[in-house]
Amino acid sequence: MARVFIPFALRKLTDGVTEVRVSGGTLREVIDNLEEMYPGTKERIVENDAIKSGLAAVVGEQPTREGLRTKVGEDIEVHFIPHIAGGRAVARCGSGLGR
Amino acid sequence: MVSTQEYKVIGTRPIRHDGLDKVTGRAVYGADIKLPGMLYGDVLRSPHAHARIKSVDTSGAEAMDGVIAVMTSADMPEAGDKIVDLGEGEINLKYASNHIIASGKVNFKGHPVAAVAATSTNIAREAVRAIKVEYEVLPSAITVDEALADGAPIICEEMVGDDLGEEVKNTNMASHFRHEFGDLEKGFSEATTIVEHRYDLAMVHQGYIEPQNATAVWNEEGRIKVWVSTQGSFSTRTQIAGVLQIDESRINVVPLEIGGGFGGKIPIYLEPLAAILSKKSGGKPVRILMDRTDVFDATGPTPGGWVNVKMGVNDEGIITAAESDIRFDAGGFPGSPVGAAAMCVFSCYDIANTRIDGYDIIVNKPKTAAYRAPGSTHVAFATESVVDEICEKIGMDVVEFRLKNASKEGSRRADGPIFPLIGNVETLEASQASPHWQSELVRDGGNGKLRGRGIANGYWFNIGFKSSVNLSVNTDGTVMLVEGSTDIGGTRVSIAMQAAEVLGIPAEDVRPTVVDTDSVGYTDVTGGSRTCYATGYAAYNAAKSLITKLTTRAASIWDLSEDQIEFSEGKFASKSDPELSMTFKELASQLNDTGGPVNSTGAVDLENAGGSFATHIVDLEIDPETGKTDVVRYTTVQDVGTAIHPSYVEGQMQGGAVQGIGWALNEEYFMSDEGAMENASFLDYRMPTSLDLPEIETILVEVPNPVHPYGVRGVGETPIVPPVAAIANAIYDALGIRLRSAPMNPGRILVALKEKNG
Amino acid sequence: MVDKIHVKTTINGLPQEFLVDPFMSLLETLRDVLNLTGTKEGCNDGNCGACTVVLDGRIVDSCCVLGAEIEGKTVETIEGMAGPDGLHPLQQAFLEEAALQCGICTPGFLVSAKALLEREPEADEHRIRYWLAGNLCRCTGYDKIIKAVQKVQA
Repeated sequence: MARVFIPFALRKLTDGVTEVRVSGGTLREVIDNLEEMYPGTKERIVENDAIKSGLAAVVGEQPTREGLRTKVGEDIEVHFIPHIAGGRAVARCGSGLGR
Repeated sequence: MVSTQEYKVIGTRPIRHDGLDKVTGRAVYGADIKLPGMLYGDVLRSPHAHARIKSVDTSGAEAMDGVIAVMTSADMPEAGDKIVDLGEGEINLKYASNHIIASGKVNFKGHPVAAVAATSTNIAREAVRAIKVEYEVLPSAITVDEALADGAPIICEEMVGDDLGEEVKNTNMASHFRHEFGDLEKGFSEATTIVEHRYDLAMVHQGYIEPQNATAVWNEEGRIKVWVSTQGSFSTRTQIAGVLQIDESRINVVPLEIGGGFGGKIPIYLEPLAAILSKKSGGKPVRILMDRTDVFDATGPTPGGWVNVKMGVNDEGIITAAESDIRFDAGGFPGSPVGAAAMCVFSCYDIANTRIDGYDIIVNKPKTAAYRAPGSTHVAFATESVVDEICEKIGMDVVEFRLKNASKEGSRRADGPIFPLIGNVETLEASQASPHWQSELVRDGGNGKLRGRGIANGYWFNIGFKSSVNLSVNTDGTVMLVEGSTDIGGTRVSIAMQAAEVLGIPAEDVRPTVVDTDSVGYTDVTGGSRTCYATGYAAYNAAKSLITKLTTRAASIWDLSEDQIEFSEGKFASKSDPELSMTFKELASQLNDTGGPVNSTGAVDLENAGGSFATHIVDLEIDPETGKTDVVRYTTVQDVGTAIHPSYVEGQMQGGAVQGIGWALNEEYFMSDEGAMENASFLDYRMPTSLDLPEIETILVEVPNPVHPYGVRGVGETPIVPPVAAIANAIYDALGIRLRSAPMNPGRILVALKEKNG
Repeated sequence: MVDKIHVKTTINGLPQEFLVDPFMSLLETLRDVLNLTGTKEGCNDGNCGACTVVLDGRIVDSCCVLGAEIEGKTVETIEGMAGPDGLHPLQQAFLEEAALQCGICTPGFLVSAKALLEREPEADEHRIRYWLAGNLCRCTGYDKIIKAVQKVQA
């Protein structure tokens, strides 16, 4: 089970829970399972079958380079961090964890 | 760990391959290009910081002899509200398009409104003056506080802001996000000493010496070729394709030599204008150059704004809680580096309970761009000043405190992820042991001048991303290296050295060339301290692949199987027969009889490089009569991973430190109430000169990055992070006054001294 | 339009003859008329030194001199610094000491430093820093530039 850290802006969807254990062999499965547990979370994280722009998915220690296909190991940490872009952090009409 | 590895090429200081052209004036930079039939462009820019464009009359310009084409936003394709990934960050195409040429409204002084192409620079300049624009001037918001105040003029009227996941309309706040870990209230309740202050910073510019430029041809086949000075030819291609809505494959970007960038030459400004003018003039090449005022007024500086930091420590000197509120002005469109700032604000420390709020705020100033560790200098100013104050309050040594609370492998960064192997502690220890820190400070500078010493830490995460390298072997045993990373400060040599190390040949025998986007695989920008790391990794992979192919050739010559051959120390040799041995060069000479050319490619898409920490130590001498501050000694200590070419690593550390010194003491966008920069020249925007500075001492700490074959971490950005804070701490040490506003120029020092002394 | 001016001059030891607009700076003249693009524009108002050239033995910012003013005078630019015998020792020292990063300010620094060493071969570090203060470099922090000049003195 991955340790998924819930970003602040999604904690109202998780009743204030900040960290949950979620099963899944890939990031896609983890996000789908998180959605089962806390409906509404997926659309804040995924858009057009990819991690939303303005958001970085961290699996382990570093932002993933393989998006939803990233393999997620046992006990590995998963973070969704808004505005991580190095140097040109994006902000736009309804960016990041908004819509 | 690779730290004990013996290298032949890495760690040496060969002369850069492109050096000869650069010391003789032969190197071709963006403004040096001249094409047959070329036209000269110029841009009409808004004199107002915020205004509605009522009408644009270009007839006067069009009627002039020698004017070939005139354009306005009406010539731009309608850009959708689409986000495009540039590798290092993303852009919204609608804003990118409106930024390049104003549509309906100008959001900052210098915002382009129209452009012309003519047969000479002078005619183009005159033609721009003949264009009549009717503006309805609107009230402007210049600072983050003005932009968030009730009744503030709304700058991007259609924008929907994001406030912790909720949509907000009619706002200049593009985004507000939060990171929260642990229990902040509990953490502060455990603290026995709490310090909280707000730190303000003025907008500052990268100050590269070469102004932006672009030359473009849009031909009859619908293909665009652009010659430009850019940090990323592929990112330029993506942006042009997005803004002009044509396929990337129809655009070829030719990167010329680049006269400095520091993050500021990632966004495009002139390219689509030159391309459209070329199309309108029947495919003639059009060249547009900015002047220095244009650069200050209309290219991306780094944000001004403020950072509030509150930190609590217990009786043992352990930080129990820390909180930050970071508000950056994005400029006339959304997108400041506030996200990166939030990653960095508490990264030098291991803190259990943290909360960080970040705000991206639109103001009527030029749209900000990256500037060397964007956002991290701002937050270091706040955090490292607060740490200094805490140390004084609890009576603890400033380095001991930092060591006691230092983040290390396994520490959780305040935005979530845990740190991989990092060199924060090693850097602090090296600073503590440095001759500078160990030396006694003579406090009396003579003639009434007072001296003080300051120290500060800094962090930058260093990115990875995509790079491509092609190698081909010449029969004389040399190797041609083709790369997509534009060389902003000596990366050709450091990439070539990594290939040479694998191949067992001298760095001089690998000839690196930076080519256009038609000629090499995708490569992300030269930025984020990624080039030596990621493009170096691509070169390493390509060189490994070359060795595999050459082993096959050796096998064929000796009639052995590949697995009977080993390559080491630059020699191919039979594992069983000691007589069978060939150097790389000897084997290369036999390529033509064994199957012809041998080429290889390397391509990578890497995770971040693990981050680099720096500690800077500064001694200042301040004249209380004039408020003038002189830097009398400066030492930079940094974990550089592995220094591939130590001279260029030192150069990055020295150059970054000096930019930070300018930021701390002099540089600022001095804005009028109407939103005009009043010091838009190098005379009034005062960057450090050689006379303002002492030697910049460097101490290279090498904690090799475990995810790179040679341990490269990236070094270019971290050096600009500590200087502002280190200088603020040294000013306090000298005068007993805490300056919480940058720049800490003579005026501010005199005012603070007067307040203190009454 | 006003008539162009006819100019006869000597640049890097070679006689040159050309027509130039009366409003054109020496910088524009060198770059656009004579194709000597080694002299760079950084600010066009005499504050960065990227366009430094030697005019009748004195260093000047070529953006602050008119092209027509060099009639009958001698101009030395970066293109004249290396000769058939190879690089000037300063050019070699800049390479060896890594005294350049992006390289855009390098021609101006080399021209200024050469003029310094011709006048004051024994200049100390402070004097070198003083002399080169008219040339801005944003990449190096100047440290390696100063050391390169000192290397040539040694």
